[in-house]
Amino acid sequence: MNSIIPTHNIGTDYDTLVQSDRAHTSLYKDERIFDEEMEKIFYSTWVWVAHASEIPEGGSYKTINIGKQPVVAVRDRKKKVHVLLNRCRHRAATVCEHKKGKTNSFVCPYHGWSYALDGSLRGVPSPESYGDCLDKSELPLVSLRVEEYNGMIFASFKEDIQPLEEFLGPAKKWIDLFMKQGAGYPIKVLGEHRFRFPGNWKIQLENTTDAYHFPLVHKSFLSSVDEKTEELFNFENQPGFVEDLGNGHSVMVMIPELVDLDEELMERPIQERFEDLAQALRDEGHEELEVRRIVRAVGGSGFNLNLFPNIACSMAFFRVLQPISVAETEIHHSVITMDGGPQIANQYRLRLHEHFQGPFGFGTPDDSEAWERVQHGANAGNDLWIMLNRGLPGEVKTEDGLKSDVSAETGMRAAYQQWKKMMKA
Amino acid sequence: MNMNLQLLNEVTAFIWAEADMLDHSEYREWLNLWNEKGVYIIPIDPNLTDYENNLNYAYDDNHMRTLRVERLENGEAISTAPKANTVRSVSRVRVIQDQDNEIVLRCAQNLREFRKENLKHYTADITYHLTRDADTGFKINRKIINLVNSTDTLAGISYIL
Repeated sequence: MNSIIPTHNIGTDYDTLVQSDRAHTSLYKDERIFDEEMEKIFYSTWVWVAHASEIPEGGSYKTINIGKQPVVAVRDRKKKVHVLLNRCRHRAATVCEHKKGKTNSFVCPYHGWSYALDGSLRGVPSPESYGDCLDKSELPLVSLRVEEYNGMIFASFKEDIQPLEEFLGPAKKWIDLFMKQGAGYPIKVLGEHRFRFPGNWKIQLENTTDAYHFPLVHKSFLSSVDEKTEELFNFENQPGFVEDLGNGHSVMVMIPELVDLDEELMERPIQERFEDLAQALRDEGHEELEVRRIVRAVGGSGFNLNLFPNIACSMAFFRVLQPISVAETEIHHSVITMDGGPQIANQYRLRLHEHFQGPFGFGTPDDSEAWERVQHGANAGNDLWIMLNRGLPGEVKTEDGLKSDVSAETGMRAAYQQWKKMMKA
Repeated sequence: MNMNLQLLNEVTAFIWAEADMLDHSEYREWLNLWNEKGVYIIPIDPNLTDYENNLNYAYDDNHMRTLRVERLENGEAISTAPKANTVRSVSRVRVIQDQDNEIVLRCAQNLREFRKENLKHYTADITYHLTRDADTGFKINRKIINLVNSTDTLAGISYIL
């Protein structure tokens, strides 16, 4: 196939722009496409907004954007989660500007309209002037559809969307496996690294199931860990795989022996880097099985689960993706700890997260540099393609979808096929 | 206000020398300024001061500091090539505490970074915990870098703040 076709004939013909083994460069650059993505993808599907532990009590809230729209995820006193548009129904001011916190109500700072935790309009100051022309029941904060699976809270602008569990499909069992990182304790998000890079959001989406870049981009990280850990991160030498799970979701298994964290706890040796932790836990009086379970969990899962379009359960953290503009993206890497678990084990988790993630980590700045260069390079060659054909010859059908080798671009193909389906709808 | 100007001069000379080392990539000399048990911290939320039990941008003990210096020097990280040029100014130095052989001081740091067509600016409030040392005058026990925009989204920083 000729790799060059004239762009002026393509426009936004999504069948042409996304093919089975490639995607057109304009998907990274065209503002019209970006605007349409907001409508057709971010306002039309299930978008992840929070982990349940981020809003643990009645009145706990968190603000986030869905696409470009600011929303508040809040738990009411009956423990029900609401996702509300962060916009006063009077003259549009946001009703909450804090990233997270606890409150009894949301009060607009402009004219004092106040809303209950479920979004209902409770009171307006000096109502006399409205006479009988204001019906409070007609002006609640706009509430989105909300569903939760295993602590993962999603919201959707689309009222008639399929149930969340149906949307997740085979991804559910991977979410369940991922949550084993609690080692029997509930999973708790304890902060996040937030950073931006000058590039399109799909560059980041692709990266979550890209084992091909790891030995190269993360060479300096690999040099900073002990030999055994470096071996563990040598994905090419293990029987890992990437699997398309349908609806744009995919999983990349890099370390097969760390898929099920509860497996063969007593049979396999503790990793060298965690021997001090194991001893500290034994000294605290934990039984050997418990020690091994916690230590295994601290190291994280051996896979990345990429859920279309904005959330990944990535080895040991949640990766949240937030498009800002066609050429700018915000990423959050949320650290996961064991709620009520041993303090020393949680400190290990925090330090491991800091080692790789965030603007000052040994991994993120290099990823960020590579993605920035993708966006920069995509300015050259308007007629060229983003090639996604790695691992195609070895791809086989599975019960859940399609599967190929660990460094295959199967996950990216899955995401782009879902992208095309949604953009054409 | 009762000020120990001699102490102020001594600690200022020390942290100026440290700033100069970092701007000129003299990382081995910089490592030598630290106590073995010293910790280098860049917090995220300035209200969370239990650094050990919260997430930071950096929480570097001796081992991590050494690894960070190696990462900056070995040329393996694409975010370090080209290298960022930095110039930092340290001022507004105030000794907060001087007792039990530990001096706590606070200062302001303004840092300019230039890398690949971009000039960036990082302002931070820095707290040092120093101990007296026969060789270097002082050793760093703790350095806490509170960026004024620490709760904002940052871009990659591949040098030492």
